[in-house]
Amino acid sequence: MSLTNGWEMVVGLEVHTELKTATKMFCGCANSFGSLPNTNVCPVCLGLPGSLPVLNARAVELAMAIGVALHSTIAPSTFHRKNYFYPDMPKDFQISQYDLPINVGGFLDLPDGSRISIERAHLEEDTGKSTHLGGSGRIHGADRSLVDYNRSGVPLVEIVSGPDIRSSTQARDYASELRGILMATGASDGRMEEGSMRIDANVSVRKVGQPLGTRCEIKNLNSLRSLQRAIDYEAHRQTVILEEGGRVRQETRHWDENLATTSTMRVKEEADDYRYFREPDLVDLIPDEAWQARIREGLPPMPAERRSMLGARLHEPSDSLLGAVSVVVDLDLDAYVSSARDAGVPAELALPRAANELATDLGGLSNLSFEAFTATLLMERSGELSPTQAKSVLAELLASGGEPRAIAAKKGYEQLETGAVASVVAQLIEEHPDEWSRYRDGDEKLAQFFIGQVMKRTKGQANGKDVIAELHAKR
Amino acid sequence: MSEPLRREDVAHVAKLARLILSEDELNRFTQQLSQVLEHAHDMNSLDLANLVATAHPFGLVNVVRDDVTRPSLDHDVVIAMAPDAQDGRFAVPRILGEAP
Ligand SMILES: [Zn+2]
Repeated sequence: MSLTNGWEMVVGLEVHTELKTATKMFCGCANSFGSLPNTNVCPVCLGLPGSLPVLNARAVELAMAIGVALHSTIAPSTFHRKNYFYPDMPKDFQISQYDLPINVGGFLDLPDGSRISIERAHLEEDTGKSTHLGGSGRIHGADRSLVDYNRSGVPLVEIVSGPDIRSSTQARDYASELRGILMATGASDGRMEEGSMRIDANVSVRKVGQPLGTRCEIKNLNSLRSLQRAIDYEAHRQTVILEEGGRVRQETRHWDENLATTSTMRVKEEADDYRYFREPDLVDLIPDEAWQARIREGLPPMPAERRSMLGARLHEPSDSLLGAVSVVVDLDLDAYVSSARDAGVPAELALPRAANELATDLGGLSNLSFEAFTATLLMERSGELSPTQAKSVLAELLASGGEPRAIAAKKGYEQLETGAVASVVAQLIEEHPDEWSRYRDGDEKLAQFFIGQVMKRTKGQANGKDVIAELHAKR
Repeated sequence: MSEPLRREDVAHVAKLARLILSEDELNRFTQQLSQVLEHAHDMNSLDLANLVATAHPFGLVNVVRDDVTRPSLDHDVVIAMAPDAQDGRFAVPRILGEAP
């Protein structure tokens, strides 16, 4: 959605991603989602007196990898204490990079060609997770909060974009492309539903060409859909206030997915005085040239490059094929497509089979070797299998593995002799004289009708190409 | 010499640190903290123009550890430290509002 009446929205995003390390940022506790509550905790991440943090080298490397992928400058950096009181943070401060972040500047190019600037991408630690009981009446008599510190101290990178985003669609595209990059670098698993990637959106509106308006920050958006809806709602809300002559108040707002509205969480005031000061228990982080070079060299291709590699072999890149390219890269199915292509399967066939058939059963990929995928598509290509049959062989391979030729034989996919196809076509022409004469008069749509009828009658065992050839011959 | 420490500044910092101070304490701490700050201001008499700011007396950088798990505390030990617990979690008075 875009705004009307000369208004435009100005949006910047802060994306927090948990890093895929084995241990937490400053201690050796396991960084794992779904453990029993308070089983991955120690004196450091519980903030017990006398404990000392030691920085995780892998977290630094993943942060640098994110920086390289976003064209940032890797800079000498430091850690600060951000002081505030909240039960999910037992130390009463969060260790975060502040005025000197590890990654400075950069940009991210979106598939539509637009470029969003990156201001910084810095390291910080996550907090514990609190569950609020009572109030809602779900647990009778309970009026308290329960805290699990397993997440306390998990390494995060916060990526801050410039205020360059101008629509909710662009915001979604940015978040989606960034998610792909974070997954490609190996920094994140990108699981938004598990909270491993969370987004805050800074939204303001202005008349085109005017100075920036007052912004509101919407906290903790945890799906691309929520992000897009929350931004649309918030920009509309602010526009209405300004149209009516009111003023937007700078505040933090909460998105309610069920009500589809944002509401005031707190107004910016004294509470935001975090008394930042240097963390005295950590020294400066100054990755040398050799360390940086190792990260640069170890970085795999990013989604944009992978898309152009897959798309480059297409003779006629239609929208649907380009869509398939995006899906294949998003789901990390590139290797299936390229190994099929290397064996002579056209990308035009391999891409949709990967984007449609494989995408429906990602859990089954462990059953499907590149060779089996390629062999199935070669059989389809040669006409040994009809498209319907090839899809069904792939479904079977994903469900329980095996060898394509054996599965085809078991399913009885031995194609009808050309002679048998000819006799079915002849029969159908007799039964549908009107359709046949319209086809003969040049109505090509009816070819599909006849193919469909042949498939129905032969239970999908005819080869579509044979049917077309037969129709042409009789025309 | 920068501005002298005001009583309101001390009251503000105390509030942020969740400290409840009496009028007497406010006066006393304002005076004591002023002396500490004055002592730090003695540094201004030195010529430090050619020195880079540092937060550490040591010249250490890049102190890191390998990403290898180490045993965490026993769950029972952890929960025994909690003021109250429920379902293996620390139980605290219900929190109003979200974390800043
Ligand atoms: Zn720990």
